Order: sequence, then structure tokens, then C-alpha cells
Amino acid sequence: MTKVTLTVNGKTVSKSVEGRTLLSSLLREDLNLTGTHIGCDTSQCGACVVHVNGEAVKSCTMFAAEADGAEVKTIEGMANADGSLSVIQAAFQEHHGLQCGFCTPGMVMSAAALLKDNPKPSEVEIRAYLEGNLCRCTGYHNIVKAIMAASGQDVPAVAAE
Amino acid sequence: MPKDGGIGASSKRREDLRFLTGKGKYTDDMNIHGQAYAYFIRSDVAHGTINSIDTSAAEAMPGVEKVFTATDFEGVGGVPCGWQVTDRFGEAMQEPKHPVLAEGKVRHVGDPIAVVVADSLAEARDAAEAVEIDITELEPVLNMKDALKDGATKVHDDLTSNLCYDWGFVEENRDAVDAAIKGAHHVTTLELKNNRLVANPMEPRVAVADYDDSTQEHTLYTTSQNPHVIRLLMGAFVLGIPEHKLRVVAPDVGGGFGAKIYHYAEEAFCTFAAKAVGRPVKWTSSRSEAFMSDAHGRDHVTKIELAMDENGKFLALRTDTHANMGAYLSTFAPSIPTWLHGTLMAGNYTTPLIYVNVKAVFTNTVPVDAYRGAGRPEATFQLERVVDKAAREMGIDPVELRRRNFITEFPYATPVAVEYDTGDYHATMDKLLEMSDHAGFEARAAESKANGKLRGFGIAHYIEACGIAPSNLVGQLGARAGLYESATVRVNATGSISVMTGSHSHGQGHETSFAQVVADMIGIDEQQIDIVHGDTSKTPMGMGTYGSRSIAVGGSAMVRATEKIINKAKKIAAHLMEASEGDIELKDGAFTVAGTDKSVAWGDVTLAAYVPHNYPLEDMEPGLEETAFYDPANFTYPSGAYGCEVEVDPETGKVTVLGFSAADDFGNIINPMIVEGQVHGGLAQGIGQALVENCAYDENGQLLSGSYMDYTMPRADDLPMFNVDHSSITPCTHNPLGVKGCGEAGAIGSPPALVNAVVDALQRAGHDVTHIDMPLTPDRVWSAMNS
Repeated sequence: MTKVTLTVNGKTVSKSVEGRTLLSSLLREDLNLTGTHIGCDTSQCGACVVHVNGEAVKSCTMFAAEADGAEVKTIEGMANADGSLSVIQAAFQEHHGLQCGFCTPGMVMSAAALLKDNPKPSEVEIRAYLEGNLCRCTGYHNIVKAIMAASGQDVPAVAAE
Repeated sequence: MPKDGGIGASSKRREDLRFLTGKGKYTDDMNIHGQAYAYFIRSDVAHGTINSIDTSAAEAMPGVEKVFTATDFEGVGGVPCGWQVTDRFGEAMQEPKHPVLAEGKVRHVGDPIAVVVADSLAEARDAAEAVEIDITELEPVLNMKDALKDGATKVHDDLTSNLCYDWGFVEENRDAVDAAIKGAHHVTTLELKNNRLVANPMEPRVAVADYDDSTQEHTLYTTSQNPHVIRLLMGAFVLGIPEHKLRVVAPDVGGGFGAKIYHYAEEAFCTFAAKAVGRPVKWTSSRSEAFMSDAHGRDHVTKIELAMDENGKFLALRTDTHANMGAYLSTFAPSIPTWLHGTLMAGNYTTPLIYVNVKAVFTNTVPVDAYRGAGRPEATFQLERVVDKAAREMGIDPVELRRRNFITEFPYATPVAVEYDTGDYHATMDKLLEMSDHAGFEARAAESKANGKLRGFGIAHYIEACGIAPSNLVGQLGARAGLYESATVRVNATGSISVMTGSHSHGQGHETSFAQVVADMIGIDEQQIDIVHGDTSKTPMGMGTYGSRSIAVGGSAMVRATEKIINKAKKIAAHLMEASEGDIELKDGAFTVAGTDKSVAWGDVTLAAYVPHNYPLEDMEPGLEETAFYDPANFTYPSGAYGCEVEVDPETGKVTVLGFSAADDFGNIINPMIVEGQVHGGLAQGIGQALVENCAYDENGQLLSGSYMDYTMPRADDLPMFNVDHSSITPCTHNPLGVKGCGEAGAIGSPPALVNAVVDALQRAGHDVTHIDMPLTPDRVWSAMNS
């Protein structure tokens, strides 16, 4: 067992973990942060995306021990300080960018990482960036709209309400 | 003007608040103190005899509670099938036993053989490595036509053959159809495959079971679209648990698409094991496990023939289909290629004579059952492909050929035993041509050509049967369940309302749209209404969500229960205002006496119901709670015209979907935003089937597409923005909301539109290509162009 100490959503936590424990398991099983979801076992679905030191990471691709000393942000840490939805979260609701909600945490975390690096992405850039996030419900249409709206852009005319 | 509340408003979804903040409660988020973990050991061969299973070493390993095999399930029932199809000779289908754990033989890769239950998942997995299983491999049965040959290896030794049933519909029409085809001016023939798919809801299946030996009560938390169906099937047929001692909860469920309708062995296992080991037992499917244990979809091989006169008028249609059942019969499997497929073969057309033959076949593959659309995509694909081919052979424009044969008078009784209540197929076709700028296509095609690309446009017009289904009808057709829906409307003393529905939401937004309906009927704010679903201990017996039935059947039950509430509330209001009941009107949440200024608020009436001091107790019980069960009089028949525009790269065969337009008639609409989202998702799955998805087995029965490494899921950059419209409205005539359902349309209408578009692109470029089987990968398209 290895002791890891990390900051999760602004709070410092210490846990003893096995070497094989994944960051996704640490978050879900040990810290009860079940908003991070596990949708596959080949690191392709993206439901487990979190931010590690500000970068989007699939938390199933990283051992918990590797996150020692890191600053981690999960979907539970994305709302505004007063509990209201952040701009990206609010845009997902406004534009119906989610249905079953299972891929949603990963989508929101990926969208936040995209907009940090590219504040005004084009539709093509959004679709390319989301290559690592699978959604089976929305056909991505409203997710793309939500991200464009969150970045302050008009959504494409074809996607009119 | 968009409405800001009630029926017809794009109300924002209340469920989003928990999903967007990580507070959704999915089954894998449930952990019960003291729980053990189950790990399934599954067959890695397609077909084999189990010679021995030695669990002794595994049971001695750290943390192991018990290793279960079939011997632990002696006396336990098999996983039941919920539909018995009668074949064309009047005989019942062949129905093999489906044991919870494999008995003597394994019949597909993934067939569960043994289960380790241990303190942790890691310990269960480690111990699974120590279970010794000796299997003699047998020849796998894979090709459906070979499986029906004399002397073929049998999947089930105790059946007479691999044929589940040979179904003919309508059998009495067989000779007339044959004669009409023989004498026709022209017959277009097409042989095609409807590729096997995996539903792949993003949340894998999970089961968590608990048992209280002091009350003998079982609780199962499971990823289900219909918890009452699971309670009935598992309680009555598998484990023999009376329903009052079995609670099934399906909390937030991360998508279903059909794959979470069925009762699965893992649910029965966990429920059984929790009692056996005396502690809660949890199983969470990995994605790889899901590929070999979730029911698959489609997998039909079909020959279709369409006979026409010299004007392109359809005279007769004949189909010959082999439908793969897989190794066992999943819950609704036998009904999919029959009653949900054959009954839709008239499509939108007046074809007077139709004969559908379906041979359902057992193979050494994962069981096949309903997947979004369930039989209707298979029907639509073959019909809309053959109509397109016929148009080219007859030299008639594909739009025009469809129009010449459209049904225009309703109600319309088809020759395949269903009656369409309403529709306006010319209207949806007109809308599609407008929204897809069909008139501008030639100019766009010329532009593509100048860029060295091949552009094509494809159309499909679909009909589907939703709102499943009249119970007495499906009973005659072999269903072993009723298909009504239920709702209890519980008005609280201060006027807020809890609606307990038998429908289940796993992405469809019922918590929002169902509340809109009740709010609209009473005239109060939607936020005063909560929708409760997914728990057999809270909701009345309900049949759940599939077949685009929730608003049409579940919504109708809710309307009926709310009507009862309003009727009773009016009596209370009449008493309070000392008026005649017949003069009471309810509007905007207030009861008034017609022609007067007397008024009493909704909350005053509800309070009087629960604090009945001034109340007609001699005539009426206190309280305000009503239940309704709604059994539909007919299916509903959504329809629509879909158009797909593609560009093919002639160098590589890669198909790019440039645009997709969908003009649907769903009848009345409750929440346009949610309806559009349903269509988007359906389109993505249909385009996925046509373009990238394929569940493949090799010649040994190994599942080649066993993970996301090999099974291509449509990604954001595979799809265009969609152009959807639902303004063509012919309300359903037989349910109170006039609704038809919208959940599956996108997946039904889109595959033929896409394939028609690619064939169009290739033919415009002079390639003699009349069909390519899905998915239209670059390899297949390039090969078709260069063969």
C-alpha cells in the first residue's frame, strides 16, 4: 500500500492505496466522488475525464499513486462557489446537451479543458476535440451547441432552436 | 410563440441539475455496507462441453466467500422468455432452457460458467484465475443458413434442430403473393444484411442485491428500463420469490436503447447469492463483458422482392428473412423479427399483397433482442432500399415512386394486420425536400465533382408502430405479459403533487415532460410536481419504457389518473363554494363557478381534501390520490421522411455525411427540445449502423468486436449537425394526448437514407453498384466501386 496525498476540488486528502489502484477508483471508491463515471475498460469512452493539474486526463489511465501531490478537479468541483451551475454546465442544460447523464461529467470536464486552451473553438474543432468522449444519447449535436454557446458564440444556423 | 410552460413548452430538464454536478445516483454508485463482489467467469469458446469445474483452489484464496457453479442452481428456474411465437404450421416455437449459469455446455463466448464472490473485486478476480475449467470444444454454429441444413451441429441437443420457428405472415396470402409476383410487369429483387449491433448504453449493466433474513425481503438495484418486469420474471420464473418480498429498484440509468429491458442472468445471480452468502452482492459489468453479455441487436439476412405494374404501382411484396436469435432466447427476442417487423412491411405504401417469411435460428452467439427500433429498422431498411432500387430500375424518380404509392386515406388497414390511424406522408416528404434544399442538390453535386468527390442524396420514408401495445392483441400474438401502463397521482395537502409512474426514464427526461402534462391539466407550476419512477415499492405495477411507449401509454395513464383527481377536486370545490358540481371550471389552478366571480384556489381544495372539516364526508372519502391503468386501443404510427447527403472520396471509399434532414410526424409534442434530442440520438445510432458499427464474429465464433478498440462507436467528428423538424402533425386519434412517440424514429429511418445516398453517389459517377451491405466502411465502398 502506498500513501497518496492530493488536493481534490480544493480539499487536501490522504489515502492508502494499492499500486494497481486507478485514479478513477480512488475518486469513486475511496473519496465517494461518484460523479466520475466508468464506461469502458480500454480508456476510450471519456466518462472518467477529470482535471489533473489543470489538464484533462482520463482518470482510468492514471494510477492513484501517480496523482500524489497533484491538484485534481472533478465534476463535483465544477459548479460556482454559490452552488449555481457554471457557464459550461448551464449551457449544457440550456441546449439539452445531455440525456442519460452518464457521459456528461466527462463531457463537461473535456469542454472546460477545451475552452481554456481555445476560448472560441469552431464546430470542427469541438468535434475533433471530443474524439475521446463517447455519447450514445445526443448524437453530439446539442453538446456541440452547448460548448459553442458556453464560449459566447452563436450556435450554427442549422442548429436553430 | 414558444410556450413557457406546460404541454408544448421546451421546459429545461430538472434532472440535468444532478447530472451536471455529479450527483446522479446510478446503480454502480450504490454501495451497501458489508457487500461482497461478484466476478463472472465466462466461456472463452463459442461452443463446448464442460467436462469439469474445480473451484477448490479458488475457494481457499484470500477474501473468497464462495464460488458458484450450475450445481448451486439446481432447482432454480431458467431465465425465461416473454414471448411465444407460433410458426406458420400452427406449432409453438422451440424454446430451450436458459440456465443462470451454464449447465453441461457453453453456447457462446461470454456464457457464464462460474462466479466468484469475494470481499473485494480484486480478490474475486484473482481467485477466478484459480478456477479450473475443462471444456471440450465443439464445432460452432454460426452461419444461419448452414445451421438449418440437415445434419448441422445443434446449439441445443434437446431441440430437434437449430430452427426456433418458421413464421409466415400473412400465411393465407402466400399463394396470392406468389402469383402476383409471377405475373407482374417488373420485379425488383434485393438481397441484404441488417448488420448485428451492440446497443452500448454508456453505463454498463450493474446489479446490487441485498437480503434481509429477518423479513425474508430481497432488494435488487439494477440497471433496468422496467423494474416491475424484472420483478415479475425473476420472482415468478427464476427464483420463486413472491412479489411482496422482492423490491426492484432501477435508479438513474445511463441509457438503455433496449439492452436494459431484459431480465439477465446476472440479476438473478446476485439476488440468489446475496441470500446464499448472507451479505449484499454487487456485480458491475466491464465494457468488454457487456459486449459478450448484453443482448445484441438486428442480425437479419433478407431477400426482398417488390412487384410493380408498368406505372410503378406496387402490386406485391415478398420477403424471406433469416433472423439470428443467438444461443438462447432473450426476453422479447422471438417477437422482434415477427410482430415488430412483419407487421410494418407495408411501410407507407398501398401494396395490396404482402407475405413475410422469417426463420429464426439458434447460433453460438450472444442472444439477440430488441435494439432501438426493434424489428422496425429491419423492416424499413429492406423496404426503403428495395423501393430505391426499383425506382432506378423503372426509371422513375425515387421521390415520385414513393409518392405514387403513398397511403393517403386514414384509417388504413394494411394487408399485414395493422391499422394506421393517421398520417400525411406527402406532407412529411414535402417538408423534407424543402428543409434539405433538394432543389439545390444538382449544383452542390457539380461542386463536389469539381473537387474530385462524388456527392449523393438518399431518401427514406418510414412508418413505425409505437405505444406498445394493446394487451389483448399482444396476448393473442404470444406475449406473456400485458403492455398497459400505470400512474398514481398523489396530491399532497398543500397542493404539490407526486406522480408515481410505471414508465422509466433513462435519458428521456420524463421527470420534466411528464410534469409538464400534469401541470398543464391543472394549471399549476411544473415545479409543484415531482415524477417518481423506477422503484417497485413506490410505483404501481408498470411495464416500463421501450418501444417509444412512455408518453403514449404511460402519459395516457397519467392523464387518466389526473382526470380522476380533477373530477374529485371539482366535487370538493363545489362543496366549498356551495355550487353545483356541473358549474365548476378549473383554469390556471383555480376553481370557479361559471358565470360568477366565486373562486377557490387549487391549494384550498387540496387542503380541504386532507383537513376535511368542511367536506361532504357522507358522499366522498377524504384525500386526493388516484391511480389509473391505461391499456392502449391500438399502436401509434409515427412516420417521417429522411434525407441524407453524402460525399464519397473515390480514392479511398470514405463516406462523409454532409447533411441529414429529418421531417417527422410524431403527433402532438409535449416538449419540443426533448423530442429533437431524441431524434438526434436516434439518427446518430442509425448513421452509426450504416457507416461504422458492426458486431463481428470470426469463423470460430470468437467475438472480434469485443471492446471499443474494435467496435466503432460514432464519435462527434463522424456526424454532422442535424436538421430536424416535427411540424407535420397528425395527432393520434386514440390516446388522450394525441401523441405518437419519438424515441426510435431516428434509428429507423436513417440507415436506408444513408445507403441510398451512397448508392446514388456511386451511380451518378457511373459505377454499377446497386447495394452495399452496412456498415459502409471505406473498404467496402472502395471495393464496390472497383469490383
